[in-house]
Amino acid sequence: MKYVGKSVKRVDGIKKVTGSLKYVDDIKLSKMLYAAVKRSPYAHANIVNINIERAKALKGVKDIITGDLFTKRAGLYLEDKNFLAVGKARYNGEAVAAVCAETEEIAQEAVNLIEVEYEVLPAVTNAKDGMKKNAPLVHPDLGDYKCAPVFFPEPGTNISNHYKQRKGDAPKAFEEAYYVIENTFYVPHVQHVPIEPHTAIAQMDADGCLTVWSSCQSPYAVRQSLSVAFDIPLNKLRVISPAVGGGFGSKAGTTLEGIIIPLAMRLRGRPIKLTYTREDEFQNAYVRQGLHSKIKTAVNKEGKITAVQNEFIWDGGAYTEYGVNIAKAAGYASTGPYDIDNVWTDSYCVYTNHPVGGPYRGFGMCEIHFCIEQNLDIVAEEIGLTPYEIRKINGMKPGGTTGTGELVTQSGLMECLEQVSADIKINEKSKLSSSKKVRGKGIACGWKSPSMPNDAGSSAIIKLNEDGTAHLLVSAQDIGQGSDTVMTQIAAEVLSISPDKITIRTGDTDCTPYEWQTVASRITYSAGRAVYEACQDAKSQLLELSQIKLGIYERDLKLKDGYVVSKIYPDKKIAIADLALGLTFDDGSGIHGPIIGRGSFIPPNIRNADKHTGLGEHPVAYWTYGVQGVEVEVDIETGETKVLKVASCFDVGKVINPQLIEGQVEGAILQGMGTALLEELMLKDGKVMNPSFVDYKIPTSGDIPEMIIKFVENPEETGPFGARGVAEPAMVPTAPAIANAIYDATGIRLNTMPMTAEKILSAIKAKEI
Amino acid sequence: MKKTINFILNGEPVEHAVDTNKTLLKMLREDFDLTGTKEGCGAGECGACTVIMDGKAVNSCLVLAVESEGKDILTIEGLTVNGELDPLQTSFVENAALQCGYCTPGMIMTAKAMLNENPNPSLDEIKEGISGNLCRCTGYKKIIEAIHSVAEQNNS
Repeated sequence: MKYVGKSVKRVDGIKKVTGSLKYVDDIKLSKMLYAAVKRSPYAHANIVNINIERAKALKGVKDIITGDLFTKRAGLYLEDKNFLAVGKARYNGEAVAAVCAETEEIAQEAVNLIEVEYEVLPAVTNAKDGMKKNAPLVHPDLGDYKCAPVFFPEPGTNISNHYKQRKGDAPKAFEEAYYVIENTFYVPHVQHVPIEPHTAIAQMDADGCLTVWSSCQSPYAVRQSLSVAFDIPLNKLRVISPAVGGGFGSKAGTTLEGIIIPLAMRLRGRPIKLTYTREDEFQNAYVRQGLHSKIKTAVNKEGKITAVQNEFIWDGGAYTEYGVNIAKAAGYASTGPYDIDNVWTDSYCVYTNHPVGGPYRGFGMCEIHFCIEQNLDIVAEEIGLTPYEIRKINGMKPGGTTGTGELVTQSGLMECLEQVSADIKINEKSKLSSSKKVRGKGIACGWKSPSMPNDAGSSAIIKLNEDGTAHLLVSAQDIGQGSDTVMTQIAAEVLSISPDKITIRTGDTDCTPYEWQTVASRITYSAGRAVYEACQDAKSQLLELSQIKLGIYERDLKLKDGYVVSKIYPDKKIAIADLALGLTFDDGSGIHGPIIGRGSFIPPNIRNADKHTGLGEHPVAYWTYGVQGVEVEVDIETGETKVLKVASCFDVGKVINPQLIEGQVEGAILQGMGTALLEELMLKDGKVMNPSFVDYKIPTSGDIPEMIIKFVENPEETGPFGARGVAEPAMVPTAPAIANAIYDATGIRLNTMPMTAEKILSAIKAKEI
Repeated sequence: MKKTINFILNGEPVEHAVDTNKTLLKMLREDFDLTGTKEGCGAGECGACTVIMDGKAVNSCLVLAVESEGKDILTIEGLTVNGELDPLQTSFVENAALQCGYCTPGMIMTAKAMLNENPNPSLDEIKEGISGNLCRCTGYKKIIEAIHSVAEQNNS
């Protein structure tokens, strides 16, 4: 292949290095107004009264809204959310009123003049407490909420989804087990920390057409949610996402758009902008849900896991419109990438009075694998196996079955395990670097499937230009992962024209075709496949016309370097440029007209699983498998952990762009290291205590380890050129591999992240005593 | 309250009346539409707003605009001269040293100031030099390689 599999340079590179790419916050529109938000200082409180009079009187203030003006709920999977609190605030920081004014400063000053009277309610600040019978209810009306039929809320409780997986006969397997081992883990809330904070602009024309410029990953999903919330038909609602400065899931759904839309609806013609501060970003954008987990494992004498019983309790926060699906995804992936005959899993999404949980790179997989992979090492040690051996015995191989009972036909997990074990030299003990520093190694496996509705669709349009160039239109968003480049490469390969002759346009629901969402590591796979189909469509039109022009059967024609060429007589050819607007005959007449290729794709035959058992023949598009191994050095005097080396190998089906896929894995490793060692959203009575980079540290350039990054390529038959997704999966094994390496180095297992110097040091001290 | 200041902006002398409480970042973005300089935190912690002031990299969110009086300010827009990219910009593209691009201008300006001061930094010096610029996407490795490759060109 000429373009696929090559490190084609990023098509958005020059715009980004010159600073000329316009992100939403860079957009200045004439007569623009600025919004600011009044937020609840309580985690759970009835709103008794809001007095806006003083704020309204401030010069430069244009309008003020409160939640009671727009009471319709919105949400992706469960419609439980209002953009401005209606009746009560459910988390500390929830928007209760919004102002728009001539300047940001005036808007902020006005916010300070709004007086809100609250009646403070008892708050749910721990998901496990939230499940208790007498717990305060965060959403007493849960039973009235509209919900997709694959989720199971329990009205009258705080449980917004209870996913069950029941495979085989787990109780019997536990009775017959040689060993039964139980472990508990806790994964705290973290935040995505895109460097670009959330931002949006809304403007409604005189005729009721609303345009929203939003730094969002999924313009079409945002359009749909906003349409429901504000009763605006889709043909009058345009969502434009010109650029996204990092998403990682935090910009997948709707967040701040719904705060400014009511203002735009009342102040026709005026664009209204709202940009989050870093503090907002930590508190009022999505956060990653917390997880309390319990894993019970049954093992036979040979080290084969015969059963697992999992309990996952997700701290979903105040709204779980998106979080319900994380509980589901974690539930159906609950075995990890292991072939286990008997499975009993309960995964609960629980409302709490915490910031809103949402999708974060890995979508539950990073969290559950932190538990699964440490549990596996604990089990291995108990029964006298090495971490490598237990994974070799139990790891998913073709012919195995997943927790949902699906037969696995494709899995490169064992190849990845061998590669990583060799690269990290897992069987060689780490050398001591000094008496004060100890070293250790750890490995972890991971798997992930795209967590999306069965019928999540993608589409693409390719327009050929009369000079032989082309425009590719998709709504897959380049959020940094490089999708613009990868989509261009796929088109270039099918059409056999060089990538620099293709211009890609994305992110405008009025102009670029439907894409469900840029999430779930599904873009290369699904949007890529739509691009592939669109170009095949254009190609077949080109061949049809060439057959007439050249007098050669279509079957004997191919596309090559901008021409339709005979496979038999290479000198017989016609330029794509000469066919782009149709075929013209010698008498000047023409046929067909301009060539536009159309491609649509839904992963084939994905069917709902049984709602009581979670079992199903084909409930997900595919699984991506991979392994990472790390070597760490722990300073036993300070407790500080340094990650020295990470070896990574994933089965990605097909590497479309080696340089870009490497970048995905490198970024994922650093993000995984951040959660493992540094990051935690500190919550006290529902309040975020560390909403700044001073108090919430993310990895910097000084933290990078040596990285050995490899791939295996067992093709995914439904993906473009065999490709499947990897951007999220690559983060999944990092944190547990570090935890296992810390144990290898120190004998300390914390069962929680982040494994900070402070925690490790106190564990070392406790051990010495 | 406004004050009139004179300074050099991307090589051009400028006279500008600016609010005395406005930051350099806001002045660049709002008054000059130089939006390549990004705001990531507004508190000097992420480096996204880095520009070069009299040869030194500064967080423009921490500098008051009026402090530009008599200074030479270089932003990402000033790095490209007559459509010719700076070697650092070319190297960032070549090495795929960017993903979402939001930290990129600040990262490049930090690297530019660093190379001006030390044309031959070691890998460790590069790591240290950009440690005040947060990037959430790339894992930094390709950024370090991109800067290092320019340093090597400088010295070849």
